[in-house]
Amino acid sequence: MFEQTISELSAALRAGEFSSVELTRAYLERISQLDGELNSYITVDAEGALAAAAEADRRIQAGDTSPLIGIPIAQKDIFCTDGVKTSCGSRMLDNFIAPYDATVITRMKQAGMVMLGKTNMDEFAMGSSNETSWYGPVKNPWDLERVPGGSSGGSAASVAARLAVASTGTDTGGSIRQPAALCGITGLKPTYGRVSRFGMIAFASSLDQAGTMTRSAEDAALLLQAMAGFDTADSTSAEEPVPDYSATLNDDLSGLKIGLPKEYFGEGLSSEMAKTIHAAIDEYKKMGAEVVEISLPNTHLAVPTYYVVAPAECSSNLSRFDGVRFGHRCEEPKDLEDLYKRSRGEGFGDEVKRRILMGAYALSAGYYDAYYLQAQKIRHLISDDFTRAFKEVDVIMGPTTPDSPFKLGEKASDPVSMYLSDIYTIAVNLAGLPGMSIPVEPMKGLPAGLQIIGNYFAEAKLLNVAHRYQQQTDWHRLIPEGYGA
Amino acid sequence: MQWEIVIGLEVHSQLATQSKIFSGAATAFGAEPNSQACGVDLGLPGVLPVLNREVVTMAVQFGTAIDAELGFRSVFARKNYFYPDLPKGYQISQFELPIVGRGDVDIELEDGTIKRVGVTRAHLEEDAGKSLHEDFQGCTGVDLNRAGTPLLEIVSEPDMRSAKEAVAYARKIHQIVQYLGICDGNMQEGSFRCDANVSVRPVGQAEFGTRAEIKNLNSFRFLEKAINYEVERQVDVIEGGGKVVQETRLYDADKDETRSMRSKEEANDYRYFPDPDLLPVEFDQAFVDEVTKDLPEMPDAKRQRLIEQYGLKVAEAVTLISSRALADYYEAAAESAGDAKLAANWVLGDLSGAMNKNNIAISAVPVSPAMLGGMIQRIIDNTISGKIAKQVFEAMWLGEGDADAIIEAKGLKQITDTGAIEKIVDEVIAANPSQAEQFRAGKEKMLGFFVGQVMKQSKGKANPQQVNALLRSKLS
Amino acid sequence: MSLERSDVEKIAHLARIAIDEDKVESYAADLSKILGLVAQMDAVDTEGVVPMAHPLHMSQRLRADKVTESDNREKFQRIAPQTEAGLYLVPKVIE
Repeated sequence: MFEQTISELSAALRAGEFSSVELTRAYLERISQLDGELNSYITVDAEGALAAAAEADRRIQAGDTSPLIGIPIAQKDIFCTDGVKTSCGSRMLDNFIAPYDATVITRMKQAGMVMLGKTNMDEFAMGSSNETSWYGPVKNPWDLERVPGGSSGGSAASVAARLAVASTGTDTGGSIRQPAALCGITGLKPTYGRVSRFGMIAFASSLDQAGTMTRSAEDAALLLQAMAGFDTADSTSAEEPVPDYSATLNDDLSGLKIGLPKEYFGEGLSSEMAKTIHAAIDEYKKMGAEVVEISLPNTHLAVPTYYVVAPAECSSNLSRFDGVRFGHRCEEPKDLEDLYKRSRGEGFGDEVKRRILMGAYALSAGYYDAYYLQAQKIRHLISDDFTRAFKEVDVIMGPTTPDSPFKLGEKASDPVSMYLSDIYTIAVNLAGLPGMSIPVEPMKGLPAGLQIIGNYFAEAKLLNVAHRYQQQTDWHRLIPEGYGA
Repeated sequence: MQWEIVIGLEVHSQLATQSKIFSGAATAFGAEPNSQACGVDLGLPGVLPVLNREVVTMAVQFGTAIDAELGFRSVFARKNYFYPDLPKGYQISQFELPIVGRGDVDIELEDGTIKRVGVTRAHLEEDAGKSLHEDFQGCTGVDLNRAGTPLLEIVSEPDMRSAKEAVAYARKIHQIVQYLGICDGNMQEGSFRCDANVSVRPVGQAEFGTRAEIKNLNSFRFLEKAINYEVERQVDVIEGGGKVVQETRLYDADKDETRSMRSKEEANDYRYFPDPDLLPVEFDQAFVDEVTKDLPEMPDAKRQRLIEQYGLKVAEAVTLISSRALADYYEAAAESAGDAKLAANWVLGDLSGAMNKNNIAISAVPVSPAMLGGMIQRIIDNTISGKIAKQVFEAMWLGEGDADAIIEAKGLKQITDTGAIEKIVDEVIAANPSQAEQFRAGKEKMLGFFVGQVMKQSKGKANPQQVNALLRSKLS
Repeated sequence: MSLERSDVEKIAHLARIAIDEDKVESYAADLSKILGLVAQMDAVDTEGVVPMAHPLHMSQRLRADKVTESDNREKFQRIAPQTEAGLYLVPKVIE
């Protein structure tokens, strides 16, 4: 049962082969056996999960055929969950029991999904290795000495290790795609505005987007169907119709125009990664796709631009954590300033502090034009690169990461080298486009991801392109050693 | 040295919406602490703002009323600073692109001349909560009910040259927002507050002096006193060889002085940037036309009309239009009375006197315009004299009924029967022979004595004109 | 572009974050490195480029002026560090 996809499980639940309670119990059991070492969950809500599963069973028996009903899922600990601790991977929120549900959570509850628990993540989603979590790093199930990627590292590891059927993630600069690639699963970051941000703890508001982390594109289509759509509570959510994502999964790919940005295959990309990515692209050629080289000339500016825009927004977004209304408060503050400074100093970890300081600096008097405004302008140039490209091609493909997962601690002391590991994913967030990462042939037993970038609101196309590959290959079915059923 | 005073005002006007600017929490005043602070107002992790349509409408109405340029595309920005009454650590405001641009208002000076004051801009923002400094376990208490209440901040040019001008301008803005119905204007509850930027410079000097900003002035009287104090302070500083420091000051009404708020000084790098949770606010001319098509008559137009339509004096019209409710009351009373002039006298006289004495607003006056008009009709048709009318008015105020009922019940109907008056006149003359003699000898003043006596005898009910005429003929 | 100790202290104060004395230098070094990365932007000619604040070219949606929230104080204050009489408490603020 741990190897079954959402649609297989759903069919089994409806056929009465097993109940959602049984399925949920099995997953909870597996988590308690295997997650001690992996550390992919911050909170496991066994009681809540079993109650939700029992309710799902009642609905199934009453004839409810919703496709996600009774399916156990893990939620990134960035989504507020009413009555359940929502830590965002931070000491700041270690005591925070969210008093409401994020829209994503509400929608999944309505769909009948069963939340197993909340997954580990880089603190406030700031990180690319899951090493900045207050709850300790998550290990990569393919090699416990290596990082699972971040910031949705717990979500990626839990799905890869079959400790959840699927999970949610959020992606501000690659935080779904990069860990999906490093853990060998399918990650989808939708178009900015496709999924409501309400109740998702903000890192960088103009970049953050929630998405799916699943074993297959087919599962991603089902999950996105439940998550996507306009939300009156989020001014930045798009009033765009949501297509039936499953309906077009099998569309023929002959004549599909794939653009390969030459900047994604240059310096910095490991030769092995280049090889496995090209092999995947060859697979598409076999399916009748046409491949052309394109240029995204401002690619090299994406990381610098991002490290102004994201910290600037985060420095302001994280001001609400002040020890007054919720979250960590220091002991015995001697005055107001002491309350603020110590609560925040103790509550936030180093990387979060670095980014807050960087952002406050970039916005401060005398520097705004040189940093923030300049970054917003370059953001436009980067976005224009994609607009031009999509006049020529249907999708853009390239590696998700420059290399396979690095070792725990390898980049922890050098923030800039860590930042550069997101070099291929960040531009997509700046432009607000949808992007996916799907597993391709591993390199020396370690996962690698093919990134597929689409035009605005072209999630259905991305899922179709990903699904057809997964029909031709079995890389997405590989299970890390020790985590087989 | 002669000093010129330069004043600019920032008026914070709470918009009279049902719900907050970015959340669906209520804006009602006086609720239990934090009972009207929802997740968005508290700045809970993950919450997002959604803009209230009504605040856009109200801002556009205001902009139109002061003939301002409208910001067809305006942008919300974050003003970042830490304070306990500011839950998110930033205030959502408008910075570079406000919703209302340059406009003008005319104010009337004491000598009757009109002065034009420039409005630099008006922008939308959210109000902060309230810090309560009474002692709670040695702590400050924070109530966030007010957090997120919509504000229209109206910023003037530094065009005012005296505290009186500043007050006239503030009153004018107060009048405009109340006429539009976009603000209840209640200064005690903080619905309408002013910050004054004050500086002085030697007469003839072109550049401005260093200014101080006096925060949160919540009455016109305090505004005037605070400016006057501040001007004196600045002049003293300069004349004493010192320099005025640019700073924020607080007016202490008890001590009638301003003092420095150093706590607000240090963190003035607000790091404004466009709020990424909100999108640009855009509207077109059709929207403007729609929301301004039924705008009420504005104070200047109303004043002009009252003068022309009712033949009022400028001063009378100015007072009557000070609030839309008072003007509406007046017009209703004038129509019911059938004599606009007399109605103005009563509204500005006895009615205003009674309102002041009882400290109540026009909306709470117990005498309706129709009742007042009905009473005035009885003066016009000689049923009662003007003097008796004062008694009738007082009785109406006390709820004893309308004019006719009171006149009837109290027997206040004027005596117009010549025979009856003549009888009293004869009695009075007979009872005061020496005074009669004096009058006949040319002491004209004695007539007043006789009128008084006759009125006293008639309990004020004798028709004064008839009394006069009869006395003159009998005494001659 | 490199940050001095005093720059870090200034921004840390602006952001109300306490930084251990002995860590200020390492923050200064890390931030300087990040600024070095960011400095690549300096060479870009952005004359006439419109700043992009947002990926979507939409305008702000407006909601009806209706009260949709009710009193949730008890639930909200259950997670608060210190409250009394419905108020959030902070160390005495002197104006």
